[in-house]
Amino acid sequence: MAELIAAPQAPAQIAPPAEKSAGYWRSVWRRLRRDKVAMTAGTILVLIFLMSLFATFLAPSDPYARNVANRLAGIGTPGNPLGTDDLGRDMLSRLIWGGQLSLLMGVAPVFIAFFFGSALGIIAGYAGGLTNTLIMRTVDIFYAFPSVLLAVALSGALGAGLFNAMFSLTVVFIPPIARVSESVTTQLKSSDFIEAAKASGASALTILRVHVLGNVLGPIFVYSTSLIAVSMILAAGLSFLGLGVQPPFPEWGQMLNALRNAMYVQPLVTALPGVMIFLVSISFNLLSDGLRSAMEVRT
Amino acid sequence: MFAYAIQRILYTLPVMLGVSVVCFALVHIAPGDPLISILPPDASSELQERLRILYGFDRSYVEQFFMWLARVLQGDLGTSIASGRSVTLEVSRAVGNTLMLAAVATVLGFTLGCLFGFVAGYFSNSPLDKLASAAAVFGVSVPHYWLGIVLVIVFSVGLGWFPSSGAGPGGSANWRFDYEHALYLVLPAITMAVIPMGIVARTVRALVADILAQEFVIGLRARGLGQFHVFLHVVKNAAPTALAVMGVQMGYLLGGSILIEVVFSWPGTGMLLNTAIFQRDLPLLQGTILVLATFFVVLNLLVDLLQTALDPRIKR
Amino acid sequence: MSDATPLMTVKGLTKHFPIKGGMLGRTVSRVHAVDGISFDVLRDETLGVVGESGCGKSTTARLLMHLIAPDAGEIIFDGRRVGSRDMTMASYRSQVQMVFQDSYSSLNPRLTIQDSVAFGPQVHGVRRRDALQRTHDLLDRVGLDPARFAARYPHELSGGQLQRVNIARALAVRPRLIILDEAVSALDKSVEAQVLNLLADLKKEFGLAYVFISHDLNVVRYISDRVLVMYLGRVAELGRAEDVYAAPQHPYSAALLSSMPTGDPDRRVEKAALQGDPPNPIDLPGGCRFHTRCPLVGTMCRGTEPELARIARDHDVACHARIPGSGHRPESKERAA
Repeated sequence: MAELIAAPQAPAQIAPPAEKSAGYWRSVWRRLRRDKVAMTAGTILVLIFLMSLFATFLAPSDPYARNVANRLAGIGTPGNPLGTDDLGRDMLSRLIWGGQLSLLMGVAPVFIAFFFGSALGIIAGYAGGLTNTLIMRTVDIFYAFPSVLLAVALSGALGAGLFNAMFSLTVVFIPPIARVSESVTTQLKSSDFIEAAKASGASALTILRVHVLGNVLGPIFVYSTSLIAVSMILAAGLSFLGLGVQPPFPEWGQMLNALRNAMYVQPLVTALPGVMIFLVSISFNLLSDGLRSAMEVRT
Repeated sequence: MFAYAIQRILYTLPVMLGVSVVCFALVHIAPGDPLISILPPDASSELQERLRILYGFDRSYVEQFFMWLARVLQGDLGTSIASGRSVTLEVSRAVGNTLMLAAVATVLGFTLGCLFGFVAGYFSNSPLDKLASAAAVFGVSVPHYWLGIVLVIVFSVGLGWFPSSGAGPGGSANWRFDYEHALYLVLPAITMAVIPMGIVARTVRALVADILAQEFVIGLRARGLGQFHVFLHVVKNAAPTALAVMGVQMGYLLGGSILIEVVFSWPGTGMLLNTAIFQRDLPLLQGTILVLATFFVVLNLLVDLLQTALDPRIKR
Repeated sequence: MSDATPLMTVKGLTKHFPIKGGMLGRTVSRVHAVDGISFDVLRDETLGVVGESGCGKSTTARLLMHLIAPDAGEIIFDGRRVGSRDMTMASYRSQVQMVFQDSYSSLNPRLTIQDSVAFGPQVHGVRRRDALQRTHDLLDRVGLDPARFAARYPHELSGGQLQRVNIARALAVRPRLIILDEAVSALDKSVEAQVLNLLADLKKEFGLAYVFISHDLNVVRYISDRVLVMYLGRVAELGRAEDVYAAPQHPYSAALLSSMPTGDPDRRVEKAALQGDPPNPIDLPGGCRFHTRCPLVGTMCRGTEPELARIARDHDVACHARIPGSGHRPESKERAA
């Protein structure tokens, strides 16, 4: 039988192709950049992240330094531009420092849940059959709890604390991510190019790695980012209930709780920590909306 | 339809079993010996041992679970450690208040959400749409417990229009249908309504825009039907989904009311949970969660059945 | 190279899809998608497969590729049973390839053209560098300048270009048989002709055999050496293309061919040859499955299913009316009215 393809004459010929073409993510980024709302939200988030990261340099004073003589000072007090809390600590500094734990509590559980949830969902979707039934029916059980209730139940039973709260939030976000991952994967599994890959004799693992992951992780990730907004509100909510970060460490939800009794004295100062939670949450919502519509359009 | 209904009802049984396993496990994932939390600190080791056997803590988890489940099915959720009263009694007292609050908030949120959603979907991409969409994003992004505090600051502390906490004058523990009590309901209900408002508005907007773009609506317009008739068609087609969203949201509000109840000291299941958490009253925590999760599952079931019955496209 | 044994022999291949229903997801009935078909594919030949939509053509293609597991039957490739130790699935799949109808969705949208084409050889152990070299040669061979197209993504190419990529992808593992499942059906007529010519050239150049599945009778006649007519998951007729097209023996083939669009005004279709829709494949009629629509229907057609039988040289048909001595007697003429 004749050689199917003529032997390569000049193996060195494999030069990078002359015409470069934009990858999928680059075109998403191009569309996202034109979305003013999403870009503004993204900028705000970047600024808040940087602010928290560099709290040591940015905070004007020690967030733990109490000053009983200067309790509940109003906004615009000299030395305390955003006033002081019930123990006389500088609000501006505590808000800046508070970003660290608030963002950690709000964002990290979603990322951890993204890891576990997508793994579960992709395995369930790709394997199908009994594996799918076992995984998805278990997921359904956790889905049968409203998210706030599940978070409160778990951290209530485990006891207050940053780690327990983050663990509870992770458990809350695994089921929805697993569900989305499963449906995206199941849908993709029946597409022709997966069949074609099977027809070329590739193993299930190779197909998963080369053809499935690249196509499902994007949509799952975007869905997960839309959960960060909820997670921020829930995380701060747990701290607000006293289940998350414990005093004296600054965290926005916990600060809001501590200042609750001061609303008759300094209503504006009381509202400040909530403004931060709101700002981060709405920015994540707008950014993930923008990301979704930037990904939807197929050129 | 009937076969589907039976199938759907049967499917909730394993889910409920799973839910009860999770609730049962709550007590056991809690750190420490579950017995310690029941006993006074100076209890003799003899008494400890007697109680351990009495409560079945010496048996395997599986046996304990089925003992517990058998009691739960007879309506016995155990005894509250803090108050010494039956958990069933405590929960049944509180659940009415939460239901009242959640129902009012759902209706309010649904009405506003439909309004915003319709306006946004109907006048797609107009300034009105932008405004309504902004309200929707606000609804899903605002930390509602913070919004509650802001409303209290403005309307109770500032204007003095509404009371800031409780369910009635003089620390009344039960909500009643009268003007005095109604005033206490206003702020928590508005606060709570914000979340379903945002979600319903988003859903309805997408639905309306979708329906308006469909060919049959263009056909209606082409046949010269008036705006009102077109509107009726849109309502008829959007209703099943919108109602389903409303039902599910009501379930979320029931379960998620804890933060709002704490802000307004509303004597419902959320406050009960809050008390249970801080007094480490695990039987009370477990019982309340089980009741709320059951409400949620049953509500989801009803919504599903209702939607199937309403939507002619779903034939099962 | 020329060998008397067929390249591939299919024996009694069967696939029934269960329909789940009821409360516990029991199987309530089955779709008889492919119901015991047998045929050979000879070396260097193009076997055309025709039939109405829903007759099991695509299921057959997927069964041949073993993308779905058959309920019964076996495939012998090059004298060795597929799935046995002599012919493992991996080695079978490097010798048999498939091109799908939808040229866009059969390419991974996140991979460049060259990555998609080079995937197959890499799976079979070719080093990436060599696989890319092979890819560039093949792209060039199917008429796509590698310098322009190799690093592009599927959404940047036209349907015809994409199908050329799919052909290159199939060729990349150096197969001996390619299954073309409606591979040109979605293309414009002018592009279709170009791709068909390309396929014919490649066949000669690489010594390939094709199983060419299509609902387009003209295209099948143009490209095929032999034609297999399918009706509801069974082989109705199998023979040399010129024989089948000139004198179809099975009444179904005859009806199908007479409905064929033609440019010749003298051969215009006068009346619809096929009446009614094909029966529901879930609830098949007993006996010959064509008897509900057959002009030659006889009493025995309702009771006994005809087997494929040789009626002339290289010509098989499954019809009682055509098999000598079958005892077939046509019913009264009333039914035909």
